[in-house]
Amino acid sequence: MRMPEPDKAALGKRSELVAAFREFLPASSVVVDEAGLRAFECDGLTAYRQPPMIAVLPETTAEVSRILKLCKDAGVKVVPRGSGTSLSGGALPLADGVLLGLGKFNRVLEIDYPNRAVTVQPGVTNLAITQAVETDGFYYAPDPSSQIACSIGGNVAENSGGVHCLKYGLTTNNILGLEVVLIDGEVIRLGGKHLDAEGYDLMGVLTGSEGLLGVVTEVTVRILRKPEVARALLVGFSSVVAGGACVGRIIAAGIIPAGIEMMDRPAIHAAEAFCHPGYPMDVESLLIVELDGPEAEVEYLVDVVSGICRESGAVSVRASTSEAERLAFWAGRKAAFPAIGRLSPDYYCMDGTIPRNRLPEVLERMAEMSTRYGLRVANVFHAGDGNLHPLILYDANSEDELERAEAFGAEILTLCVEVGGVLTGEHGVGVEKRDLMGTMFTEIDLKQQQRLKCAFDPDGLLNPGKVFPTLHRCAELGRVHVHRGQMPFPDLPRF
Amino acid sequence: MPGDVRPLSEEHLREVVAYAIAANEPLEVRGLGSRRGFGRPVHAKGTIDLSGFTGVSLYEPEELVMVAGAATPLAEVEATLKQRGQQLAFEPPRLGRFFGRPDQDGSIGGIFACNLAGPRRFKAGAARDHLLGFRGVSGRAEIFKGGGRVMKNVTGYDLCKLMAGSFGTLTALTEVTFKVLPAPEKLRTVLALGLTADQSVQALAAAAGSPHEVSGLSYLPAAIAAESTVDFVRDAGTSVTAIRVEGPGPSVAYRTEALRRMLAGQGSGQEELHTGRSDSFWAEVRDVAPLLGRDRPVWRLSVTPGLGGSLLDRLCRDLGADGYLDAAGGTVWLAVDAKLADGGAAAIRAALGPGGHATLLRGPDGLRSRIEVFQPQPGPVAALTRRIKEGFDPKGVLNPGRMYDGV
Repeated sequence: MRMPEPDKAALGKRSELVAAFREFLPASSVVVDEAGLRAFECDGLTAYRQPPMIAVLPETTAEVSRILKLCKDAGVKVVPRGSGTSLSGGALPLADGVLLGLGKFNRVLEIDYPNRAVTVQPGVTNLAITQAVETDGFYYAPDPSSQIACSIGGNVAENSGGVHCLKYGLTTNNILGLEVVLIDGEVIRLGGKHLDAEGYDLMGVLTGSEGLLGVVTEVTVRILRKPEVARALLVGFSSVVAGGACVGRIIAAGIIPAGIEMMDRPAIHAAEAFCHPGYPMDVESLLIVELDGPEAEVEYLVDVVSGICRESGAVSVRASTSEAERLAFWAGRKAAFPAIGRLSPDYYCMDGTIPRNRLPEVLERMAEMSTRYGLRVANVFHAGDGNLHPLILYDANSEDELERAEAFGAEILTLCVEVGGVLTGEHGVGVEKRDLMGTMFTEIDLKQQQRLKCAFDPDGLLNPGKVFPTLHRCAELGRVHVHRGQMPFPDLPRF
Repeated sequence: MPGDVRPLSEEHLREVVAYAIAANEPLEVRGLGSRRGFGRPVHAKGTIDLSGFTGVSLYEPEELVMVAGAATPLAEVEATLKQRGQQLAFEPPRLGRFFGRPDQDGSIGGIFACNLAGPRRFKAGAARDHLLGFRGVSGRAEIFKGGGRVMKNVTGYDLCKLMAGSFGTLTALTEVTFKVLPAPEKLRTVLALGLTADQSVQALAAAAGSPHEVSGLSYLPAAIAAESTVDFVRDAGTSVTAIRVEGPGPSVAYRTEALRRMLAGQGSGQEELHTGRSDSFWAEVRDVAPLLGRDRPVWRLSVTPGLGGSLLDRLCRDLGADGYLDAAGGTVWLAVDAKLADGGAAAIRAALGPGGHATLLRGPDGLRSRIEVFQPQPGPVAALTRRIKEGFDPKGVLNPGRMYDGV
């Protein structure tokens, strides 16, 4: 993975910028020492490390605005960072860039139950939003598995999902308003507590833009009333194909469960060995189907779904009868990553999405790749929405295993695109999948996306080197290649 | 370019746009033309008629996805989904009658281009939340695509969001890929009668914050309710607060009872609509039917829900308007006096307070040229909007001025 060459001119402005930042930030909020900078050298994708030139830790929107303005005027790049849990290297610093840490933006600003909205600063963790309202019976629906640590600002940047997004949507479907600072220091507010901010949907494009368009300094999210009841079914199948077909039948029956998760045999065994959730060991695939809602509805649907599972050839069907049992069903799934981590010194988590009905073929070809690369793979799958997380097991200390794991991962993602899916369902492109963008998009598609960036950030200073494999200058992207005054299409029909 | 052009392929469409750029002749972008009255009038010599891009090309009910030509009639899409017990969860309105074209409810691409949604909006999202992918030709005369066909996709910028609600000013859409969902088995509506607008908004907020998964929250003042085609609503003789629940039979019955208990003692009484009447009632709310017979400018206000009740009262009084509430008060529909020079724009926008916006959804051409149809944007947002337009359509050949002057 190559990042843009460090810009010598930018490096030369280091002391000048540090002095300028210190005029309005306390010394402890402008990090310049090597040990301090190392704390920011990577995010959740630990294979890539690079300390930033400077790290700044502002506390107010006005400070963020001044920092960005200074960087823009100096022509210095900026990498925004929330909690640093990105799995795609979205917050990987640049050697010649300023790292803008938003961890001090950690306050819940307003809880508004009548309008079912909560306004928070971007450094508040995803789980903390739910914790702020749960005693009153509310919650924030998107629940990425890193929710204990990941920040809501990061969730906006990555458009994070979670196990419940089949029914409740992704981050983009659950936010109402944003305050954003643009690279020139301008502060804009989008949306609020009302729906459908009109004009071009800037909130929609900022969500999932991986820190390339602006810096989010305030977020208003929609909260929901906690469902009366949630129950889970644990369903085992003697083949992966049967498990996948069952998911299709449940949905075709008109049921949208709160979550449908699937694990393959290696993942089931790893989870069982790790935390003993009581998973059946003699099955090839395991489904967890969660149903939530009013009690009368959940009771009814548990029966309907159990019936569909049996008709689909399930070899075991268990419905949770207590909250403790439901949580036990989930414990294994939620611990799947560390459980698999115990099988191997390192693992590499992939994140493609596929049309669900192509699952058998994808798993079969993945097994073939596993043999070819000589690396084991375990699969957990957000089966309801087709989001696949293959975990490739490798040992970074063993010669060339990281390289092989990366090549294996790239081949899996290319396969996802080939069967009609996409490179990433919820982890983001970052640096990790940047060079694969061409498998999904044409050069024209990618240039059009980059023109959107030009509208926000004409000098390309916000998080460059992420998402797009080729950096184009905005002036070059702006040209229109059509000759004026000619009649190039004489055969054009008119009527 | 004189007259209309009706391209039949993306390549042909690309040539048309290339010609428009070269000749500096902006084009009006049109699907089935049913919503031409929405937005500012476009001044263009020619029209790109996209009606050739039609038909459902992929429908996989188990994958909850459909792909269709942008000009596929909404009615065709919905009929196809209905055969498999599915629907567009965002409940797109049928606005043919509203815009004076009773025979034409428009295309699926137009629904996305205008980002329309019905009463289920507050729960299920708007059109924007269901667009998964698209193909089209930009104002740079380039064929490109965005998004994909799967529900979970964060690969690159979410251009689908940008296309939704861009009114054809960035790209002439040729194909849309969207999420479809199961239609509910049963629906029922609880009516609370005789509440004031403010009382109603409080009751609606309580219902929205309840665990009963309500999917419609509307308030009709007495005069509006009296014109409903649904007997229980028409004959109520007072205002009607309506709360919808949908789902499997046993669940709907249970939640209806729970909501009735919750509303007990409020207003002058209760009623209940079962599936058939509920269907008709919510179609009226969705299609702005209560304001149809009034040949007056119609506004849609989107506000913090709790403010909707007092806004409705105040604007009806000050402007001699009629109106009703949807989305728990978050949507205020208003029909204003046709004699107001600015269609009430200044008074309405002043009343909004911070946040929120007001859109003139229907009005005569003259009025739509004279005033801002969409909520005016603060300087930096307007500048950003302009730069985005330039990125997709630098010569301004696609629907120029439809949203804002120069955009």
